[in-house]
Amino acid sequence: MPEQLIFAMEVTLNGLMAGVLYALVALGFVLIYKASGIFNYAQGVMALFAAMTLVGIMNGQVPFAHLINAIFGGHITHFGWTIPSFLAIVLTVAVMVLLAWLVQVLVMKHLVGQEPIILFMATIGLAYFLEGVADLMWGSEIKTLDVGIPQGINLWIDEKTYNIFGYGFFIDNLDIVATVVAALLVTGLVIFAQYTKQGRAMRAVADDHQAALSVGISLNFIWVLVWSVAGFVALVAGIMWGTKSGVQFSLSLIALKALPVLMLGGFTSIPGAIVGGLIIGVGEKLFEFAIGPMVGGATENWFAYVLALLFLVFRPQGLFGEKIIERV
Amino acid sequence: MEEGYVTEDGRKIGGVVMEMKNITLRFGGVVAIKDISFDIRQGEIRAIIGPNGAGKSSMLNVISGFYVPQEGQVLYQGKPRPQMRPYEVARQGIARTFQNIALFEGMSVLDNVMTGRLNYMKTGLFSQALWKGKAEKEETENREVVEKVIDFLEIQHIRKTPVARLPYGLKKRVELARALAAEPSLLLLDEPMAGMNVEEKEDMSRFILDVNDEFGTTIALIEHDMGVVMDLSDRVVVMDYGKKIGDGTPDEVRNNQDVIDAYLGVAHD
Repeated sequence: MPEQLIFAMEVTLNGLMAGVLYALVALGFVLIYKASGIFNYAQGVMALFAAMTLVGIMNGQVPFAHLINAIFGGHITHFGWTIPSFLAIVLTVAVMVLLAWLVQVLVMKHLVGQEPIILFMATIGLAYFLEGVADLMWGSEIKTLDVGIPQGINLWIDEKTYNIFGYGFFIDNLDIVATVVAALLVTGLVIFAQYTKQGRAMRAVADDHQAALSVGISLNFIWVLVWSVAGFVALVAGIMWGTKSGVQFSLSLIALKALPVLMLGGFTSIPGAIVGGLIIGVGEKLFEFAIGPMVGGATENWFAYVLALLFLVFRPQGLFGEKIIERV
Repeated sequence: MEEGYVTEDGRKIGGVVMEMKNITLRFGGVVAIKDISFDIRQGEIRAIIGPNGAGKSSMLNVISGFYVPQEGQVLYQGKPRPQMRPYEVARQGIARTFQNIALFEGMSVLDNVMTGRLNYMKTGLFSQALWKGKAEKEETENREVVEKVIDFLEIQHIRKTPVARLPYGLKKRVELARALAAEPSLLLLDEPMAGMNVEEKEDMSRFILDVNDEFGTTIALIEHDMGVVMDLSDRVVVMDYGKKIGDGTPDEVRNNQDVIDAYLGVAHD
């Protein structure tokens, strides 16, 4: 087999895995957009906040330590214990649910029936507020996150591919775990939406608010639920990205990577978010591999956006989005 | 509770299910409903009629909790009803349809009708995951009710069809099915025949009568097609410009001078 083709296969595999991570972030956007028509700009910051909270809880950090010390003149930073990662994840989920409830009760509840642009602006405000709170609560230094996910080259794949092609593929264990977790997460979400009472109610609200009210669904409850689920998805994305590149404030920028994924997949489709993520992941890795050397590299920074722009021109509703039909 | 009456066709009507007492509803300076009182009795088909803009839909929205009246009292099953959100009203057993159809367009007919059963699904999220058996039993029971309603309204052939693909008349029928699936103690129909052709209207009339007959469902409906209403209903409230101008059996209402004036117009001199 020609060498170039073997390299291309490795690049494609790596692209698929990177795409899964993009899809994870995009999924959070889709969930909230479907159920409430809100484009949640804060989704990336939620992932950051979730990852920071998880690290903070695991390390036994005192939340708002700086603030407490500044007011009372103490020097506390840590409780002096560490919490096992599983328990810490459960506690972080609880924090994200609380956050969802606060967002609904303090902000979104008062904006029901407003223009989409107003809701969008509210989430921009929420994003910066949440970023500030994260800073105040857990401090701004870069932290490493280790919940026990294996990292580094997968030797089994390396060995097997070496035996077949005479060249060992470099596949990161973390990416494999991320893919498995994402698959489980999506399966779980689908089962939840299709077969549970709350899931059905969630789909109903996504479809028609008035009709949902008339069959006895509380919109407030469902919106808290949706924000909670989006918070959970943000936590999963935060864990994966945080493990990969450390928990730092640039983590919130992964939201920007989700934008082209959403344009490709459509804002209202869960399969769209996944397929869109995979296309972007594979596309940018292959493009960098094939065209990158000719144009001086670093195409990964812009390729996704150009692809998304092309989609906006030819298929504005995305691959799976609901078709836009307008009556004149 | 005081006893009811017997209709011309021999059906026994029971006591008062819903009583509206001196309801007034304003939107800013506009008075949509002005001091209206009437009642709805167990097992009857009660119509609210009137020309366009008379306040009929507003009245239905007050009953179903979508609007909150500034004055007056709503008594449900003999008890004054506190101010409630629409979903709370629905959970009390009041189901409704909408004038401009509010269905879950992305779901199949079956899933749409299933949402009518949401309030009967008691098993919570966690028990649903843990005790699969109990959840399955509940699901089967709910499915039985839903299938019965689907059979009854003759929409078996479109069970799996996405609602968005259905023609208007069938959508109206699916909406009725969803409301019926909730086994409501009071069913509110907002212009069930609006925009239908004669044949569809006849079908819908038949279904409304059959529902009332078969399940004994109490029905309150709004309609501005006089002919249809008179054939269908046991008692009629007539509204005009937010006021009640008539209340009684179809015959009484037909001969009421105020009603005739409102419908045919009257010379102001």
